[in-house]
This record gives sequence, C-alpha cells and structure tokens, in this order.
Amino acid sequence: MKKNTIEEHTKSKLILFFLSLFCGIMIIASFALEFTNSPLKDAVGVVLTPIQSGINQVGGWFSGKMDYFEDNLKLVAQNEELKSQVDQLTVENTQLLQDKDELNSLRDLYELDHKYETYEKVGARVISKDDSSNWFSTFTIDKGTNDGLAVDMNVMSGAGLVGIITDVGPNWATVRSIIDDYSNVSAQITETEDTCIIAGDLSLTDEGTVRLVKLNDPNSKAKVGDTVVTSQISDIFLPGILIGYISEIGVDSNNLTSSGLVSTVVDFKDIKEVLVIKNLKQKAE
Amino acid sequence: MRTKVSLFFLIVICLILQCTLMPAISIASVTPNLMISFTVSFGLMRGKKSGMLIGFFSGLLMDMMCMVLGYYVVGFRAFIYMYIGYLCGYCYQIFYDDDVKMPVLLTAAGDLIYGLVVYTLQFLLRGRVDFFFYLKRIIIPEMIYTVLVTLVLYRVFLFLNNKIEKTAKRSVDSFV
Repeated sequence: MKKNTIEEHTKSKLILFFLSLFCGIMIIASFALEFTNSPLKDAVGVVLTPIQSGINQVGGWFSGKMDYFEDNLKLVAQNEELKSQVDQLTVENTQLLQDKDELNSLRDLYELDHKYETYEKVGARVISKDDSSNWFSTFTIDKGTNDGLAVDMNVMSGAGLVGIITDVGPNWATVRSIIDDYSNVSAQITETEDTCIIAGDLSLTDEGTVRLVKLNDPNSKAKVGDTVVTSQISDIFLPGILIGYISEIGVDSNNLTSSGLVSTVVDFKDIKEVLVIKNLKQKAE
Repeated sequence: MRTKVSLFFLIVICLILQCTLMPAISIASVTPNLMISFTVSFGLMRGKKSGMLIGFFSGLLMDMMCMVLGYYVVGFRAFIYMYIGYLCGYCYQIFYDDDVKMPVLLTAAGDLIYGLVVYTLQFLLRGRVDFFFYLKRIIIPEMIYTVLVTLVLYRVFLFLNNKIEKTAKRSVDSFV
C-alpha cells in the first residue's frame, strides 16, 4: 500500500515535469512561430461564435424588455430637448452644406482629390467583449471573411474610431480597441496638423481617455479641446477618422515633445454595433 | 475513461460560461474567473494528479480562446493553471469535502497568484510600473468576485464530482 502511494507520487511528479516542459515549448513556439492561420484557432472560433451570439441574443432580449418599461416622462422630456436640437442642427446643416458645395467647387477648380472619399462600410454586431479576463480591451464581432472582412480593417462606431481588426475567421473577427493597453495609433491634431501617437492605457480605461504621446509641437500650439484624428502617415489606419478631443496637454520633461490625454468620442463601455470600413490603407509594397 | 470524458465536458462547459455568462454578470467591468474556481475545487476534491490535469486542460483551452482574441502566447495560462491545480491537490488529504472554507481560501490565493503573474509578465515587463493601481483596480476585485462565485458554485461542483465518482465506482463494480 505504502509503496503504491509513493509510486503514485513520483508518477504525478513526472507528469507535472513533462507538462511543464510542454508548456515551456509551446510558449517559446508561440513567440517564434506565427499561429495566426492555424486551423485549430479557426475551429475554436467557429464553435464558440454561434454559442456566444445565441447567449448574447437572450441577454439582449431581457435588457430590451427592461428598457421598454423605462420611465415615460423621461422620454417625453428628452424628446422635447431633441426636437429643439434638431431645429438648431438643421440651420447649421444648411449652412454647412452650402460651405461644402463651395469647397467642392473650389477643389474642382484646383483639381484636388476630395479629401475624404466615401469609404465602403459594413455593419456588424458585437458578440463578446473582453477576452473574458479583466486585462484587455478586445471584442469579437459577428462577421468575418464570409462578409469580406480582413485583418487591418478599421472599425468605427458612430463618428469615431473604435479600433482595428487583428484577427479574422469565417464568421467572426476580433477587434482590438484603441483603449487596449497594446494599442498605438498614429494620429494628428486637426488644428495644428502636428502628428502624435495615441496609446491606450489600462489605467485610463475607466475615465474613457487614452494617452497622447510624442506630439511634436515646439511652439505649444495645441490646446485643450483640439480635435485628434488618424494621420496620413499611419501604416494601417485610414486618414481623417475622428478619435477624440484633447482634455489635457503639457510639455514633456525633454522640452521637445508634448504629451497629454485625449477623451474618445466613442463610449467603449456601451458598444453594441460597429461599422467596419472595407477599404484598406494603401501600402507601399 | 468515462470519468475523464465527463470531466473534459465539464471543462468545456465552464469555458463557454466563462466566455458568455461571466462577462454578462461583471460588476464595474470586473469579470470573475470561473476557471480558477473550477480548477481549485476539483483539485481539492480529486487530488494532485487530477487537479494538475484539469488545470492544464482548462488553461490550454483558455489559451486557445485568447488566441482567437489575438494574444498568441499558448501554454502560458496552461502552465499557471496546472500548478494551481497541482498545489491544491496537496490539500486533498487534509480536507473534508463539505467544508467550504478551504476552497474559498485556495481560490483567493490561486486568483491572486494568477493576477500577479499576468501583471508581471504582460504589464510590468512593458514598463507599467503602477502596481498598486492594477492591484486595486483589477487583481483584488477579481479575487473577491471569484471567491463569491466559488461560494455559490462550490455546492454544484461537489454534487457533480460525487456523481462522477459514483458512476465510476458503479461501473467498476459491475465489471468485477
């Protein structure tokens, strides 16, 4: 009996040793090799996606029912407010349309390309947020290569940039949002046309801000409230997509660059649908 | 064999719940870690070898899940979970099944270790040195929430394990 236990003991230690070795090899292998196209991963995605979207629909149904019983008075008040806002915006819009016509005709005169060509977009639903741990800000959407999506396509929600597709399967795609700790976006400030980097930071996620770093702004022209958009020189992000507004800015201790905070226009806590831009940034081969 | 298959199915079910139900019940964007809770509970109820294997497969499946989400370090979670399961198996002999204190304590410890390792390897090494922020914002809340989940689910795990053991015993008896 005693001998048996000892044997059992060594056996489990042996298994532990070999499994540890296996893990080590796998870790090294995953750094050395690219697993991006492994069929295994596709299989996991294909199995999990329908389950996730199914459970999400159940959850959405429940929260929809809850919303239905929301306070009626609040909605009426909101309606009034929105109506007055619509009037105001209509006036502004007519003015802007006139300006735009004028601008376009002037551009035609100069034979310039229109700055923002209309991108081809496709809508998608968010089916799972986070990697179900608390450390990252990625999410999965319910469209993939079947709908013509590919890695490096830009993802928007409303008017603002959400992130970029990092991975794609037949019926799902993974989006890394710009607030993720690993995310870096090349951007520029519309008012001054200086370029900078927008870096996500986990410690700022709660405030809905991202870090603005490496802003080359020797005369400190950038100020709070300036608009930050994706830059022309980015490898993967299309130019001119709105990211957010500067909420804090200061010169770095090296006196060369500035850094600060940018509050994003997208509310990342509450993303349900996104728009994927199907145009890819043109690259020099 | 039958035990192994049913345990594997339990792991898969837990993984699916971890990816779907757990984010849905997250409070202040903190999601409980069901897989740790599962690994610790079964490690305690079934011993070293079993705990180690359950931890290994739970971690490996989590890794694959994360691979889908774009973080390609396979084997990393498998390694941590395996050691957590193995160490919990050490308490197998000094532990009564229906005592809920032990799994709660070990879950807390396991999740703390997991959080610290993830922070060190994936954040500290990239220069995110504000350790107390991550401790306060993510590691401790996740630990507390995971402990709460364990308190609720431990009875279920216990029931499932008894069922598995009973079935295994019955099939051995009928064989003899």
